[in-house]
Amino acid sequence: MTSVLQAQALGKKYGKRWALRDCTVDIPAGHVVGLVGPNGAGKTTLLKLASGQLEPTAGDINVLGGRPGSTPAQLARVGFVAQDTPVYAGLTVAEHLRLGARLNPRWDAALARERIGQLDLDPSHRAGKLSGGERAQLALTLGLAKRPELLILDEPVASLDPLARRDFLQGLTEATAGHKLNVVLSSHLVSDLERVCDYLIVLVDSRVRMAGKVDQLLATHHRLTGPRHALDRLQHVISASHTDRQSAVVVRSDAPIHDPAWTVSRLSLEDLVLAYMDKHAAENRRVALEVQR
Amino acid sequence: MIWLTWRQFRGSAALMAAVLVVLTAVLALTGPDLASRYAAGIAGCTPDDTCDRFFDGFFGEHQLLFVAVSFVVLALPALVGLFWGAPLITRELEAGTHLLVWNQSVTRGRWLAVKLGLVGLAAMAAACLCGLAVTWWSDPLDKSAVLDLALMAPLVFGARGIVPMGYAAFAFVLGVTVGMLVRRTLPAMALTLAAFVAVQLAMPLLVRPHLMPPVTSTFELSHVNGGGFHVQGEGGGPVLISMQPGVPGHAGAWVLASDLLDPSGRTIAGMGEEAPIPVSATSGPCAPQGGPPNLDACWVEINRLGYRQQATYQPLERFWPLQWIETGIYALLTLGLTWFSFWWIRRRLS
Repeated sequence: MTSVLQAQALGKKYGKRWALRDCTVDIPAGHVVGLVGPNGAGKTTLLKLASGQLEPTAGDINVLGGRPGSTPAQLARVGFVAQDTPVYAGLTVAEHLRLGARLNPRWDAALARERIGQLDLDPSHRAGKLSGGERAQLALTLGLAKRPELLILDEPVASLDPLARRDFLQGLTEATAGHKLNVVLSSHLVSDLERVCDYLIVLVDSRVRMAGKVDQLLATHHRLTGPRHALDRLQHVISASHTDRQSAVVVRSDAPIHDPAWTVSRLSLEDLVLAYMDKHAAENRRVALEVQR
Repeated sequence: MIWLTWRQFRGSAALMAAVLVVLTAVLALTGPDLASRYAAGIAGCTPDDTCDRFFDGFFGEHQLLFVAVSFVVLALPALVGLFWGAPLITRELEAGTHLLVWNQSVTRGRWLAVKLGLVGLAAMAAACLCGLAVTWWSDPLDKSAVLDLALMAPLVFGARGIVPMGYAAFAFVLGVTVGMLVRRTLPAMALTLAAFVAVQLAMPLLVRPHLMPPVTSTFELSHVNGGGFHVQGEGGGPVLISMQPGVPGHAGAWVLASDLLDPSGRTIAGMGEEAPIPVSATSGPCAPQGGPPNLDACWVEINRLGYRQQATYQPLERFWPLQWIETGIYALLTLGLTWFSFWWIRRRLS
């Protein structure tokens, strides 16, 4: 399996604060990858490093086999749609397409025109007058028509209403289905990623908590409910919560679970992600307790 | 990239072009008339040696326009730095559009090179046109200006010739660099203005006098370099004279020091100060004899006593050499800041 993005002990420091620290990730090619994690996990910093917007303070990052943002050729291979999808307020939609055509050697003018037509955007409209959803679509069009090998989107739908959000993600799905395009998309909402992603990475506090294909993840994780004393017999417990009568746990297991003490049920992707974020929280609690003693 | 730069810049460019058209139109309409009136005036005053009076009248008549156009040339570089330089990058950073444009297939070094090149050249061309047009137009006035507004005077020097071009290039790159460091438009504009004004003050006060070693020499006193005769007290007191920023035989020189030396060679008064001279105010050549005092005879008497002017100055002939040197200095400053901005945009800015 080849990688679109490899980071080794990657770090980025702003002043004295580390925005990303000791991050090691390997994102495989051929997927629409969802990057999910709580606010402040370092998602934006990682994606900006990958697009060449930032220079790493420590460690290495390698995108499509090259150093991010180093050469025009490398820039041409990676598309980036930034958070809040910035566009030039004073330029019209048509001028944005012209900008893309002028600045990108592999620009696909037909694709851009077609998308703008489908979206029903008036080419003579100033971008500053577009709605948030339209602006995001324009930014996505620029990113797609550039014909990159890897398209990075940093929380593109965070500020959109549900309808615009659905349209945007639908547009993204259609575009990736048509072309051999690797996509890395970050969000803190699993429900957004669930619609488009087939690979998921959970990033918590600069560390990869979990990574894998969505269908595999769902197949190998189970929610179990049962008596607490049966907990000892389980391996790979991701998270556990207890009441007086019984325990609810999330476990990872490749094989089906036949222990009669447990009732097995399916996990939603959201619950799975929460379980992994929760594990981190649990570890933190344990550390805090040890320090107190 | 050139298209995008032009698309973002065309509004400011049109405004600047309009200003330049108005300015050059005013200058072109009034310039020939000014020159012919000056020629006629000189022809009329030369035979009876009343040209000083003609100069005063001619200059006084046009002083307002003279000051106004000089001010335009002085202000233009500052405005370029404020409104073209400072927002060049801060505007992108504030709108987040740097994330858009720096992710097209153009490195940010090239992006900056085109921006700096195109807008910087426009700024230099505008300032150069402005400076040379005003230099052409004000030639008759510069020849008849009062000492404080002569061609070599600090404020006028900066509004003539080719230095405005150097100022504009420097102000523009200064604005861009400050914008990169400060990252907000308004603070960047304020800081750019403060830094540019500081440099523009330091240049004539601290640097320009030493660009070429100034000439120091002693001269006999006359109405050119001395003046302000008056008598202290009622009748019997000593006669006081004060020193003027003029050098006999070097009209239009930039006078850095004009000291009064007594017969032993000691400095007894600096420029604008007054000192007593032991001549009689009641009898002899310096006494008012019925009508207005005959000052020429008085100067002869003072010179006979051994009083002299010691002047340190930059003669008018050095106008163009100083213009070139100063433009070169600003070009070096501009190159230094340009280098820094390229380094910063690659390494630090994101």
